[in-house]
Formats: sequence, C-alpha cells, structure tokens
Amino acid sequence: MAESDHEYSKVDKIIESYSCEKSALIAVLQEIENSYGYLPAWALRHVSEKLKVPMIQVYGVASFYDAFHLTPRGKHLIRVCLGTACYLRGSARVLEGLERELGIKDGETTRDLTFSLQSVRCLGACALAPVMVVGERYFDKMTPTKVRGALKRVRVYGENEKD
Amino acid sequence: MKKIRTPQGLEALQNSLLQRRDSNKSCVRVCIGTGCRARGSVVVAEAFRNEIKKQNLEIPIDTKQTGCHGFCESGPVIVIGPREIFYQRVKLRDVPEIVSKTLLNGEIIDRLLYVDPTTGQKVLYEHEVPFYEKQRRQILANNGRIDPTDILDYIAVGGYQALAKAITTMSCDEIIGTVEKSGLRGLGGAGFPTGRKWRVCHKVPGDVKFVIGNGDEGDPGAFSDRSLMEANPHSILEGMIIGAYAIGANQGYLYVRAEYPLALKHLQIAIDQAREYGFLGSKIFSSGFDFDIKIIQGGGAFVCGESSALVASIEGKVGEPRAKYIHTVERGLWNEPTNLNNVKTWASVPLIINNGADWYAKIGTEKSKGTAIFSLVGKVNNTGLVEVPMGTQLKEIIYDIGGGILEGKKFKAVQTGGPSGGCIPEELLDLSVDFERLTEAGSMMGSGGMIVMDEDTCMVDVARYFLDFLQYESCGKCVPCREGIKRMLEIVTNIAAGRGKKEDMDLLQELAETIKDFSLCGLGKTAPNTVLSTLRYFREEYETHVRDKKCPAGICKDLIEYFILEDKCTGCGACLKLCPQQAIDAYGLTHTIDPAKCIKCGICRDACSFEAIMVK
Ligand SMILES: Cc1cc2nc3c(=O)[nH]c(=O)nc-3n(C[C@H](O)[C@H](O)[C@H](O)COP(=O)(O)O)c2cc1C
Ligand code: FES
Repeated sequence: MAESDHEYSKVDKIIESYSCEKSALIAVLQEIENSYGYLPAWALRHVSEKLKVPMIQVYGVASFYDAFHLTPRGKHLIRVCLGTACYLRGSARVLEGLERELGIKDGETTRDLTFSLQSVRCLGACALAPVMVVGERYFDKMTPTKVRGALKRVRVYGENEKD
Repeated sequence: MKKIRTPQGLEALQNSLLQRRDSNKSCVRVCIGTGCRARGSVVVAEAFRNEIKKQNLEIPIDTKQTGCHGFCESGPVIVIGPREIFYQRVKLRDVPEIVSKTLLNGEIIDRLLYVDPTTGQKVLYEHEVPFYEKQRRQILANNGRIDPTDILDYIAVGGYQALAKAITTMSCDEIIGTVEKSGLRGLGGAGFPTGRKWRVCHKVPGDVKFVIGNGDEGDPGAFSDRSLMEANPHSILEGMIIGAYAIGANQGYLYVRAEYPLALKHLQIAIDQAREYGFLGSKIFSSGFDFDIKIIQGGGAFVCGESSALVASIEGKVGEPRAKYIHTVERGLWNEPTNLNNVKTWASVPLIINNGADWYAKIGTEKSKGTAIFSLVGKVNNTGLVEVPMGTQLKEIIYDIGGGILEGKKFKAVQTGGPSGGCIPEELLDLSVDFERLTEAGSMMGSGGMIVMDEDTCMVDVARYFLDFLQYESCGKCVPCREGIKRMLEIVTNIAAGRGKKEDMDLLQELAETIKDFSLCGLGKTAPNTVLSTLRYFREEYETHVRDKKCPAGICKDLIEYFILEDKCTGCGACLKLCPQQAIDAYGLTHTIDPAKCIKCGICRDACSFEAIMVK
C-alpha cells in the first residue's frame, strides 16, 4: 500500500521534533503508535531511513516492548489486568469471559475493528481488583458475569460515560 | 520574578503562603488518584466546585484535588478540613448534601463514615481509621494533603527547604556522609546502601554524570511508586536535585512506565513548576550548580526496571541487561557514571537532610533503617498502601492494619517481592519484616508488593503464574533464564494439569538452583524464588497434585469438577440462564451440571445465591 505524502510528512514531523536523534527511537515510535494506534510497516521503514538506524534494530525495539503493535487495533482497547492482585481475585476468568463474548483471543482484534483485547500486568489500581479498562474507563471488581453488560455499555455510551 | 534564589526567599514565600491560608477555613480535599478516579472522583470534585458556586455561600470554601491516600479500597475518599472529617465511597449525588450539611452546618453524614469491620464502629477522622493508625507515614506523609499539581502546596509544607539547606550550607561530602550515616537503603529491590552508591559515583572521575529515578514499578501488584509519583512528585524531584548536586550530575532522567498516565502528567507539571521557581535550571540557589530532569516513558517491559536494561532503554535500544561486572555507577548511561535510585529512595533524601541522619537511623532495625512501604493487596480486608518502620511483624501488617483475611477465610501465605520474591507461610507470620529477614525466609523486599493468599489459593498455580510472567518477560539474552524458566513452567504446568511425575519436584529444585546461579541479571537470578519457596513450605500441595491428581484449593481446572448440592439448590434457574455452555439441566426440581459440557468458568457459582454450587 502506497502511503500518501501527507502521511509521510506526518511521520517526518515527529522525527524532526526529536532532531533526528538516534536515541529518540523509542520516543518516536511511541508517538507514531499514538497517532496510528499501531506501527505501520511503511512508517518503520521510514523511521529506519531517517534516523539512520538499521531496520533490524527498529524492528527489534518495536517487537520487544509491549507498548508497540505491528497490526491495526480496534476502536476500543480493552485491557484486562492479570497482575498478581487481580489474578488472585479471578481476573483470568474475566479474560476468558471476554474471549468468549468477543470471539477473539487475548491480543487479537475483532474483525469489525471495534474491540481489541489485551491482557496487562498491573495497572496500579490493585485495590479495585479485578480491574478491566476500556480506553480510560475503569471497571472495578469485575466478574465474568459482568462482562456482557460492560461491553454493552461501551457499545452504547462509548468510553467516557459518567456515572 | 518567581525564581527563588536564597533560603531566606524560600522561607519568606512559605510564611506568606501560611499566612494567606486561614487554617480555620473549610476545605474539601478530593482524592483524584488512579483508584478514586476509577470510581468517578474527578466528577465528584467538579461537582463540589459547582455546588459551592451554586449555593452562593457567604463563607469561602476551598476545594482541592489531592493525590492517592493509598486507601483506594474505599474510594472516592474526601477529607473535609479544618476538622479533617473523613468520608469514603462518596458519590455524585452525595455532594449537595455534604455542602449543605457538613460544610455549612458542621453536621456529620453518618452513612459516609468509614465503618471498622472488626468492631463495627464508625470512624470520624482519617487518622483514626485502624488502617492508618498503626502506620508511620514519612515518605507518604503528604499524600492526600497537598495538591500535587501546585508547587506552592509543597512549599507551604516545607518543600525544597532540604534542597536549600544542602546547597547553601553543606558540602557534597557532608551530604553523602549524612545519607551514609542515616543507613538509607535502596527501596527499589535489593536494598543497596544508598550513601555508598553515591560515594562511588561521586568519586569516579568524569565531567558528565547522570542521575536516574526508577519509576518503572514492574512488580505486578505493587503501586506505591505510582501513588508517590501521582501524589507528591516534588518530593522525588527534590531528592534527585540534592543527589545530583552531591554526586556532580547535571542531567537527570525519570523513567516511568506508560501504564501510569497520571504519574507521567503530574511529574511533568512538577518539573515545569520547579523550573519556573528556579529549583531546576541554571545556578540553583545562586550556586554554580545547573541541573535539569527529563521524563522517559517506559515501553512496558518488566526487565527494564533493572538498572542496565533501563539505561539501554533510555538510549533507545532494546532493554537487555548486561553483565554485572560493569558497574552502572562507573559506566552507565552513554557510558558515563550514572547513579540510579528508586523514586521512593529519592523521596527519602529530603527527609534525611531536614531531620538529620540520627533521626532516620533511629527508625527500623539494626541493618534496615527507616520505613518500608508495602502495597497490601490480595485476599485481605483493607487493601492499600502501608508504610511501617522496618522490623514490623508480618502479622501486624496483615491483621492489625490489613484487617485480616477477606470473608473470614483462613490465611495461607503471603507473597512479597513480586516475581522475584517468594511465598511465606503461616508459621512465619511473626517474622519482622526487613531486608535480611525476608531474604532468609526465601523471599525478598522487592519494590514492596505484599500479596495475601487465603485457603482458596493454590500454591502450584501461584508458582505457575509467576513462571508464566517471567518466561514472557525474560529478555532472552542468556540461556539459563530464557530456557530454564520455560522448562520450569512446563513442569509446573504438567503438575497443575495432573500429568506430574514423582521425580518432578526434585527436577524442579535442581533446575531452580542452576538458574539462580548462572543467570546474567537479577531477573533470572531471582526467578526461581517462587518455585523454591513453595517447594520449601508447601511441598505437600505439590504432592497432592502429583499423587492424588487433586487440587485442594479448587483452582487447577484440569483437576476439579463443578457440582450442585441437591439439598441446597432451589431450582431458581439463575445459573441455568447464565451458563455459556448450556451445561446445566433442569429436569428435576433441582439442577445438575453436565461435566462433559462444563468448561469450569465458574459463572454458575457466582450466580448462585444459595451456595449450592461446589467444586471438588
Ligand atoms: C528484573 C528486575 C526488575 C527490576 N524492577 C525494578 C523496578 O521496577 N523499580 C525499581 O525501582 N527497581 C527495580 N529493580 C532494581 C533495580 O535494578 C535497581 O536495583 C534499583 O532501581 C536501584 O535503586 P535503589 O537502590 O534505590 O533500590 C529491578 C531489578 C531487576 C533485576
Ligand atoms: S494487579 Fe491488577 S491493577 Fe494491580
């Protein structure tokens, strides 16, 4: 897929805001991830050329850190905490419930690009365990039974519904 | 001209702030830390501001947003000054009532008070809540008192005075000497003496040196660093500036994990404000000392909490650790001398400079000084942040502060030190918690996770859980760690699935010891701890899994079966409707589960109000 010049110049702007510094590789990738929701292959190649960092190193960094993704992701990102506190209080069952309900596995995205499902290790909200976060919206003390209702609310009201 | 150039200038500013602040004035402090925020505290804070405007009050009332109190269990929490009334689980609809009753008429709203679960008594003040009463809050002292986004709040409570004192009255040598004498040890994991580390870094020749604050907090189940960064970011900055001055560094970095957006935000605001007031930048307190701090957002890899991997990550590389014989203090970031400390360690420094080394050295045990902060979580009644003097007994933390085990269940073990730590059994509940005692017990201090497990926790499953975490997080550079942890996971998974063999336990033991001895970095060296400690204290449980193919705690899916107690089941149909597998039949008066269809998701048991569904 050929990307328009516009897309390239967007990435250029990001790279230039870090003065084309090699050491800014992670920061640059973080910004690209933030604007596209993932790291498109063409953008990685472009970063490699502009920063003069070999593609293998760019790919190495992109695949090493959990913050980066190489495939497009859904509109709503569901993060289920599998940190110790959440796990002990049953978060693995919550994840299984979500997998059943959405028909995808951990790390995957629904075909309509509505939801991406990702397990994480601790969101720092352990007192509310088990925790599930959709975008910025927290669902505390989750159970598999609450999964269906929670998804429905996100579908209808989006991520920013206020109680 | 906001820049503060002299200690007198700072003191004058503090005095004018204190004078301007009427201590008898009503003030609502709403916590907007991650926990309370998750329960809607931002909306509550906004509602207070609107309500106070709307009711057109004659007396002025302040509202303030504070960081995490560490008692997230009861969020959203608010404190109403000057009487310091403590309300918890405050909802949007409570706001008008709080304004008209408590703020205007001093009336207490009973239902919002905290109820002590052991005595059933209502508690009016935050400091009387048993959870706080037994703590000694030093590092966390100002959490929940100050607005983390306002530097003046920090200055009003004496902030940056340690920095003024250090720069204008102490030599580098004196500062390092004070930290050495205080006995402060790193609170990020290994407990290395902080003063000694500073001394080495100070002595290494070099014009360019760096200091780094480690806020990566990779331990899943710990959130004390998060709470501190969110609630009192300036205390960390102040410590780092003092340290940089003593060591001779002009640039600092704060490495913070991306999962903590609020901490990142508050730290950035704090850095900007510190620059405005001249605490960062050039010629700090009119000395010849220049210093600045930059925030680096972590990429989400546990191993990046390790010092050399963290340094690689700041340099924009894959976060792989290197062999320990090259010391970071000598050759760290960009091969320059680098001093790395945990954010809690940095925040302890101003306290020591202000109060003196002797004051600090009096707290704690012989070899472990000061306080320890734990994130008390898991199957315990009060979850939250606990700061206690080193040497406090485990049972005091779990029972007196934590209020005992959830739902009156039986205590089984407590896990400290995160994935690098181990599980401590009931026999050792009177252990005095400090660096040495925890290590002797086969665990470690780590970065302060304390996870309580009850009788419904399977220790084989816990071992499997941590191994799974570690094999995923292993960076793959050295073989013992990369391959060894995988093999241990394989064996433990087999045991949990009922495929274990008698000789597996010995094999595990042998593997564990090899990995411990031959791994490159701390991740691998400590990875076998959970296996070793569970084998040491809970061998029985492994044996039951292997010999009887049973999971006594009812956790390991392959070894359990769900069934319905006929005499308790009322045939209400609640489970039937929710079962995703249609595995529940209702032919008779009561229900039965078809084991062939059941996937052991446990939804039926959650749904049953009559405790009729059991696991065997
Ligand atoms: C695998 C691994 C992960 C670590 N994660 C952290 C962490 O998240 N936060 C932290 O402060 N230290 C962590 N450490 C310890 C650091 O390497 C280092 O010892 C510490 O930050 C030094 O600061 P201190 O002396 O103030 O404790 C980790 C160590 C290892 C081996
Ligand atoms: S363990 Fe889930 S938020 Fe910490």
